Amino acid sequence: MSANGKRTPLYERHVALGAKIVDFAGWAMPVTYDGLIAEHQRVRSRAGLFDVSHMGELVFAGTGATATLDHLATNDVAGLHDGKVLYTALCNEDGGVRDDALVYRMSATQYVLVVNASNTAKIAAWSRDHLQPDTTMHDVSAATALLALQGPESTRILSQSKVIGALAGKLGGLDYYEFTFGEVDGVPMVVSRTGYTGERGYEIYLSPERAGDLWDELMTLGRGHGLGPAGLGARDTLRFEVGFCLYGNELEEDISPLEAGIGWTVKLRKPKFLGKGALERQKSNGLPRTLVGIEVQERAIARHGFEVVAGGRVVGQVTSGTWSPSLERSLGLALVQTAAAGGPLAVRIRGRDVPVQVVPIPFRKPLSRA
Amino acid sequence: MAEVPKDLKYTEQHEWVHISDDGTEATVGITDFAQGELGDIVYVELPEEGAALEQMESFGTIEAVKTVEDLYAPLSGEVLEVNHLLTDKPTLINESPYDEGWIVRIRIDKPGEAATLLSADEYRERIAEGA
Repeated sequence: MSANGKRTPLYERHVALGAKIVDFAGWAMPVTYDGLIAEHQRVRSRAGLFDVSHMGELVFAGTGATATLDHLATNDVAGLHDGKVLYTALCNEDGGVRDDALVYRMSATQYVLVVNASNTAKIAAWSRDHLQPDTTMHDVSAATALLALQGPESTRILSQSKVIGALAGKLGGLDYYEFTFGEVDGVPMVVSRTGYTGERGYEIYLSPERAGDLWDELMTLGRGHGLGPAGLGARDTLRFEVGFCLYGNELEEDISPLEAGIGWTVKLRKPKFLGKGALERQKSNGLPRTLVGIEVQERAIARHGFEVVAGGRVVGQVTSGTWSPSLERSLGLALVQTAAAGGPLAVRIRGRDVPVQVVPIPFRKPLSRA
Repeated sequence: MAEVPKDLKYTEQHEWVHISDDGTEATVGITDFAQGELGDIVYVELPEEGAALEQMESFGTIEAVKTVEDLYAPLSGEVLEVNHLLTDKPTLINESPYDEGWIVRIRIDKPGEAATLLSADEYRERIAEGA
C-alpha cells in the first residue's frame, strides 16, 4: 500500500515493516504498523521508535538570532542557556497561534527552531519577514531526518548506540528539555531529551544519509527491550492522553495559546513579541473560549470537529477525541465558550446530543516532567 | 493480503454475508480487509433484535480509534440475533472477522436480493482496485 507525497529516508523500511502509509501534511507517513493500541502500549510500557522526519527545522544564526526568536516566540527565548530546549507558541498579531515549536539554543548566536511539517513553509516565510538585523535563517528541513525513541526503556537502548558516537555517553547528563550535539564521523547530530508522548524519551536529529543506519541499529538494540516501531496514530493518542496540543486541532491561527491552555508559554513580562498586545487584552478582558477535557458518558467517540452543546445551544467544538488506550475511556478535548466550560455539556454525535462529563486536563500525568 | 473466503458473498461496503443452506437466513460481518483498514475497534453499535432492516439501510456503527464507519444491511429482513459478545469485546472483529466477530443474523425477506451481492472473486477485484 502506498500514498503520494514526500518520502522520508526511512520510507522503504516502513513499507517493508507492513506499515499503513497515509498522506500527512504532504508526506507519505506510517500511521500504524501492527496496530495502534499495541504501539501505544509499547511506548508506555517499554519503547517505541517513531520516524518524524517530516518535521521542519529552521536554523537562525548571527548576533541578532536571539532577538529575532524572542520577537517571534511567546516564550522566553532570551532566557535560554546553551543546550536547553524551549517549547513555545508563535503567534500572529491577533494572538492566534501560527505554530507551536521547539527552540534549541546551540549558542548565543545559533538556534534551531523545530516546527510542524504542515507549517514549515509558512513559518520559514514569516520568519524571513521578521528577521532582526544581523540574523540569517536557513530552512534545513530537507537535510534533516528526525527519529524519536520514546518509552521507559529508551535510555538503556540509545546509550548502546554506535551510530550516535560519543553522544551516547552523554545521555545520562541530560535532563528533560536538554540536548547534546556534536559531529559523528563528520556528520552533525543533535540528541535531545524531548518527545511528544509523555514518556521518558529522546529525539535524534541527523542527516538523512545516516537515518537508516540509526533506525536499523535501534531496532536491533531494542529487541531485548520490547522496542517496536510506532506510527503517527499512536503518537496522536499518546500526546492526547498527556494533554499536549496538536496544531490543526487545539491550536490554530484563530485560537490563542491562552485559550488552548498553554498560557504558561506566554511571557507577557517580555517587552515585546508578536501578538503580545492582543494576548494582553485577552488576558485582562477574560478568555472568550476555554479548552476543557471531556469524558463521553456513552459508548461513542467525540471526534475532531463535532459540536459541543449546552442546553441545546452550540457552545464549541471538539478539537481532539479518541478512545484512550491507557485509560480505556472515550475522552476528548473541546474548545468551548468560557461561560459554558463548567458544564453540563453534551457532544452532538451523529445527530444525537450525548452527555459528556467535564474532566481535568491532562487525562494522564506526563512522566517526562516528573 | 486480506483473507476473502470463497464460500461467502460480499458487498461494496466491505461486509460479508453467509447464506444458510436453505436460503432463509443470512449471517453478516465485516471483511478482513475492512477490519484492517479500520484498525483497533473500540465500540460496535448494534441494532435491536427484531428490528426490520431494508437493504442498504444503516443498521449500526463501528467505532475504531481513528475512524467511524456505518454498517449497511446487505439484505432486507428481520434481525434474529446480534452478537452480544461484541459489546464487551469489539476487537473480536479484528481478531476473527469471519467467525467470532460476526455481527448480526438476519431472516431473509427478499431472497432475490442475494443476486446483488458480490462473489469472492468480484470482491477480491474490488479491494485490489481500491487499495
